[in-house]
Amino acid sequence: MPESNAGILPDLLRRHESEILDEWLREIGSLGLRRSDVIREVDLRTEAKEFITALREAAQSGSMDPASPSWKGVREFMNGISRTRAQLGISPSETATFVFSLKKPLFNRLRAALASRPDELADQLWLATEFVDKLGLLTVEAHQRSREEVIQRQQQDMLELSTPVVALWEGVLALPMIGTLDSARTQTVMETLLQRIVDTGAEIAIIDITGVPTVDTLVAQHLLKTVTAARLMGADCIISGIRPQIAQTIVHLGVNLQDVVTKASLADAFALALRRTGSTITRR
Amino acid sequence: MDRIPILRMGPYLLVTIQVDMHDRLALTLQDDLTARISETGARGVLIDISSLEMVDSFIGRMIANIAAMSRVLDAETVVVGMRPAVAITLVELGMSLPGVRMALNVEKGMNLLRTSLGDGDAHATPREGGDDGQEA
Amino acid sequence: MTVRKRETVPVRTENDVVTVRQTTRAWATECRFSLVDQTKIVTAASELARNAVIHGGGGEATFEILDEGPRVGLRLTFEDQGPGIPDIEQALRDGFTSGGGLGLGLGGSRRLVNDFSIDSGPGRGTRVSVTRWK
Repeated sequence: MPESNAGILPDLLRRHESEILDEWLREIGSLGLRRSDVIREVDLRTEAKEFITALREAAQSGSMDPASPSWKGVREFMNGISRTRAQLGISPSETATFVFSLKKPLFNRLRAALASRPDELADQLWLATEFVDKLGLLTVEAHQRSREEVIQRQQQDMLELSTPVVALWEGVLALPMIGTLDSARTQTVMETLLQRIVDTGAEIAIIDITGVPTVDTLVAQHLLKTVTAARLMGADCIISGIRPQIAQTIVHLGVNLQDVVTKASLADAFALALRRTGSTITRR
Repeated sequence: MDRIPILRMGPYLLVTIQVDMHDRLALTLQDDLTARISETGARGVLIDISSLEMVDSFIGRMIANIAAMSRVLDAETVVVGMRPAVAITLVELGMSLPGVRMALNVEKGMNLLRTSLGDGDAHATPREGGDDGQEA
Repeated sequence: MTVRKRETVPVRTENDVVTVRQTTRAWATECRFSLVDQTKIVTAASELARNAVIHGGGGEATFEILDEGPRVGLRLTFEDQGPGIPDIEQALRDGFTSGGGLGLGLGGSRRLVNDFSIDSGPGRGTRVSVTRWK
């Protein structure tokens, strides 16, 4: 027997599950929410059916609060449909409206059951509204979370893409750095380069900063640390592509590049690397 | 273990540090190594630290000391296999071990020792006799 | 901020220093730190534990895993009843001495962690607390 705070909704869901489902699907259709361009009719029906079933089961716990533990299955289901719809390019409002459209069939059922008791009907309608609103908002939050996950993944990808370590020659790696460097990025770059040095056994790494517009003290120090760390591992770094403005900045900042080999261009650095590894290029 | 084993390979001594060393073990290694260099007349020392997950300032100092003492005893030291995370941390700690030669692995380290030994021999003052063999 | 887990161990001998390293490594792994961050906190722990043994006459180390909102931290506190550090600023400045000086240990440790606090003085002993956050 449902407790009084859950109202008669759990009972209605149990007794009129298939009617509620049919009415909901009709409502979805009439509101233009079917999205047959990206969701197949059969999938939509299956999804709606599973949703109602999940609601019915959770409601049997006696609580109609979607945040309570017995509603965990429903929350997970909603995360799932939000994620799927987000990936299909369906807007969060549309997904939320998809859920909100459940109100009409529920209200119809309540009206039928409580026609002669208007005060109770008002209370139950309010409970039902609160309930469906909470469900709808869950989809909005889930949508937001999945978008944030995508952004984070893309940021990670960008980080990796923008710091490619290239094997220029046997024993020679090159790291063309492009764009502005911040502390976090330079750290990641350092770690990636050093790991590649170990993986390939390269004794020379050319760090090319032609594509870096500005270098501040922190970045310059990070570069120096990278060079020192590489040396501790047994590899030498050559920094190439230092533009005049950067050279000025470095001198102004008092950064000591005395022990670091620098070359104006990547080509010069490569030529030096070749000499060091004992290779020569001859023209036929 | 109470001592780190030192292997002899011709004119070279090879040390592989595999344990998390306490300070006494590190000091013992320093002593043992300098003693062996003296005894054997070794010209090169290779220290393999590829198993070390951490090098702190004490171990860093030990490495620098070994290199310095070996040089006094006319031997060259090469340290090989420092891991990236260890190198990054050591630099952050403020140590750069300037007087120590490094190599990526044992093979490259041995090559380095052989090359420096080769150069060394070419310019070495010959021990036997006093002339440089130019007399007919 | 809550303390998820806490443990205190003695730091009196150089074997204890090794134990501190290993415990720090284990706890840092539990916090899922990256390899570099693990190595940094373990190295800092080694430096500070050694200081406690050699300069502090022995003391104790407390390990704590902290939960602050979404972030997780590993806090290590080294405490000894030794002579204390007369000039902390001087000690924090890098002084690599081959003798009995504090050398790089203190200042170096500070660079390896996110939060660093020290309370020390003659007659007061020394208490150093460092935290690395994930």
